[in-house]
Amino acid sequence: METYTLIVLLLAATIRVATPLLLAALAGMFSERSGVIALGLEGMMLGAAFTSASVAAVSGSAWLGLGAGVATGMALALLLAFACVTHRGNQVVAGMALNIMVAGLGPALALAWFDLGGQTPQLEGPGQRFLALTWPWAAAADKVPFPGRLYSQLLSGHNLIVYLAAVLVPLSAWLLYRTRFGLRLRAVGENPSAVDTAGISVTRLRYQAVLISGVLCGVAGTYLSTAASAGFVRDMTAGKGYLALAALIFGKWKPYPTLGACLLFAFTDALATRLQGVDLPLVGVIPVQFILALPYVLTVLLLAGFVGTAVPPAAIGVPYAKEK
Amino acid sequence: MVEEINSLPPALELRGIDKRFGAVHANRDLSFAVAAGTVHGVIGENGAGKSTLMNIIYGFHRADAGEIRVHGKPVEIHSPQDAIAAGIGMVHQHFMLVENFTVLENIVLGVEGGPRLAGGLASARAGLEQLARDYGLDVPLDTVVSELPVGLQQRVEILKALHRGADLLILDEPTAVLTPQEADQLFKMLGRLRAQGKTVILVTHKLREIMAVTDRVTVMRQGAVVAEVATRATSSRDLAEKMVGRAVLLQVEKGPAQPGATLLTVRDLEVTDRLGVPRVKGVSFTLRAGEIVGLAGVAGNGQSELLEALAGIRAPSRGEIVLGGRDLVREGLDPRARRHLGLAHVPEDRLRMGVVTGFSAQDNAILGYHDLPAYQRGGLLNRAAILGGCERKMAAYDVRPPNPHLRIAAFSGGNQQKLVLAREIDSDPRVLLVGQPTRGVDIGAIEFIHQKLVALRDAGKALLLVSVELDEILGLADRILVMNAGEIVGELARAEATEEKIGLMMAGVKGEGRA
Repeated sequence: METYTLIVLLLAATIRVATPLLLAALAGMFSERSGVIALGLEGMMLGAAFTSASVAAVSGSAWLGLGAGVATGMALALLLAFACVTHRGNQVVAGMALNIMVAGLGPALALAWFDLGGQTPQLEGPGQRFLALTWPWAAAADKVPFPGRLYSQLLSGHNLIVYLAAVLVPLSAWLLYRTRFGLRLRAVGENPSAVDTAGISVTRLRYQAVLISGVLCGVAGTYLSTAASAGFVRDMTAGKGYLALAALIFGKWKPYPTLGACLLFAFTDALATRLQGVDLPLVGVIPVQFILALPYVLTVLLLAGFVGTAVPPAAIGVPYAKEK
Repeated sequence: MVEEINSLPPALELRGIDKRFGAVHANRDLSFAVAAGTVHGVIGENGAGKSTLMNIIYGFHRADAGEIRVHGKPVEIHSPQDAIAAGIGMVHQHFMLVENFTVLENIVLGVEGGPRLAGGLASARAGLEQLARDYGLDVPLDTVVSELPVGLQQRVEILKALHRGADLLILDEPTAVLTPQEADQLFKMLGRLRAQGKTVILVTHKLREIMAVTDRVTVMRQGAVVAEVATRATSSRDLAEKMVGRAVLLQVEKGPAQPGATLLTVRDLEVTDRLGVPRVKGVSFTLRAGEIVGLAGVAGNGQSELLEALAGIRAPSRGEIVLGGRDLVREGLDPRARRHLGLAHVPEDRLRMGVVTGFSAQDNAILGYHDLPAYQRGGLLNRAAILGGCERKMAAYDVRPPNPHLRIAAFSGGNQQKLVLAREIDSDPRVLLVGQPTRGVDIGAIEFIHQKLVALRDAGKALLLVSVELDEILGLADRILVMNAGEIVGELARAEATEEKIGLMMAGVKGEGRA
């Protein structure tokens, strides 16, 4: 295959890999901007991946699966908010507890319900998955390498959730910077006392923020099990929740830079997949383990050296209590 | 005019407000009224229940019993929102501002006027420009708050309250962070607010402010109202007695200083912070036996860094600190070694550096001296000696309650400070560095601490007193150094020092002395 097509395909893969990462990172942005550490992203995503795949398999509808995934994300978010906001629990501990709980609960329920060794049934029937949408004239455009193939491979040919994630970036930015809700959300993560004295409920705002993160994680989980693959398998989030958190920090808690960070992480991931077993000039075949480690090595390097001073929301991780 | 005011119902009336936090009876059956269009002072020591009361009025806490009336009508205030609706605005001691928001964003927070921001911001801007004109409260609306000086941040808080339609404004310890000149500006502003018909409640523990701006004053002690008088009919001394419940000395009684030999010499000291910014720029001075040298300045002009460099907490980038013929900088002595050489230090930030809040009083009473042979027995701590030592210090310094086992956090600020002072003086130092000795300390304890410092001076020790309270510097120091932007801009003998002269130097106007 010619280099040009390779690059286009690589970029298309980047978009597919970036989607759940981006959804989770945006979820984290809402939570952390309100002052609640988003360590539960992994668990909320995984839980949603399980229920959406289960419901899609049983009902035969990907849309019902999505509904179930979002509902699960919200339910887990409520649990997290109840622990962290209402009872002012330690946010790191609560988030980790959620992740560990879901990691065990998903496969256990899957085993009990489907008896398939901790997986959900393969989603094969029509309408059980979110499949790639082909845009008009994509087949015709594919015959013209430039710019036609950019259209057919890069813009067209993704599933609905990918486009949803893309739309969510400007939407989040608008919500955060141009609306009353956004102003209050940013304020509550910086100085909850200021919000409280302005007559706004800190608890309510933080619940709203954590719930939004639950919804987005629900969509991300649904993507993993009913769009990117055809069913739920154990630990299928594979650390994406943590990687999303890293992207969020690298993106300085802002929507567009976070999008950039997600794309960068996804690109290294896509590149790593592409490089497996490829004989490169000068270096030869790179061991697969090294290639698979690449995104994580990059994460560490970026976060350690290149982020500059990432200033987190000032009140992050601190449960709000009125003085005395 | 007076009759007219009296015929109106009071802007705020409290009837039988009562509040307990567990065992603490914070407010006991409080009743008083604030006449509309006046500046009303509420004075009391730390812990007298002023803040609790204000938090009840602003809806932060619910009173257990009692009634609040605004302009004669009973109101139920369950949240700040209710307070705002009742026309009550509050300027907290610690500003309730979002540091990385602009002034405008801070002001509209909570009253955005619709789900989308653009329209609300525009109409708020117009309204605020009008308010600024009416009250002379100019603030750059599009500047990020963290870039504003403290005085202007306070103005933002006042504007915030006015923008919400407050007609009763509560200010909680508003001058704690201001220079004398900024405080005067604030008082002028309060006068303008009163002239426009607003009612102001000024909560403070500073007598000078009460005397300067209020019409009436309510005195609180131990959660109860002990007096309510017209300001004209009272005096600082009278108010202080009512606050403390006994006669107090507002002025420290001390004889003239008898300066002896030079004990500490600082030459060309320079301190840079982590970012490489010089905070102390080539400072030189001496401390002599038997004198108190006051270091005045607005907070953040290098006094803290200088003090920490002297104590050995911060390494200077240049210069000498000579004590007893030894250069502490060149030898790189740490705070403990300096203590053993007779250089004791009462840090500015008591809770962060002076004590360990989770420790008991007896353990706090030996911090930094725990390795003295007196507190050691076979490599372990000699608990009996530590306990006895703490009891002795508590008795000598009137620390209440005299319970060495109690956690230090359970003591009032004044009692904590007395214990810290006892600890540092107990080692019989030659030089004592004292930072903000009476910050967060009640009047009774201030008097005691000041007397101890003067006694130490009279015992032939050298003291460096760093304080942002000008009254304290003027009351205690024999010689005054003024710092501005990391330099000592002037030196004054006590006799030639006035508040005005020092205030000007604090603002950076170079004094004669040396510059």
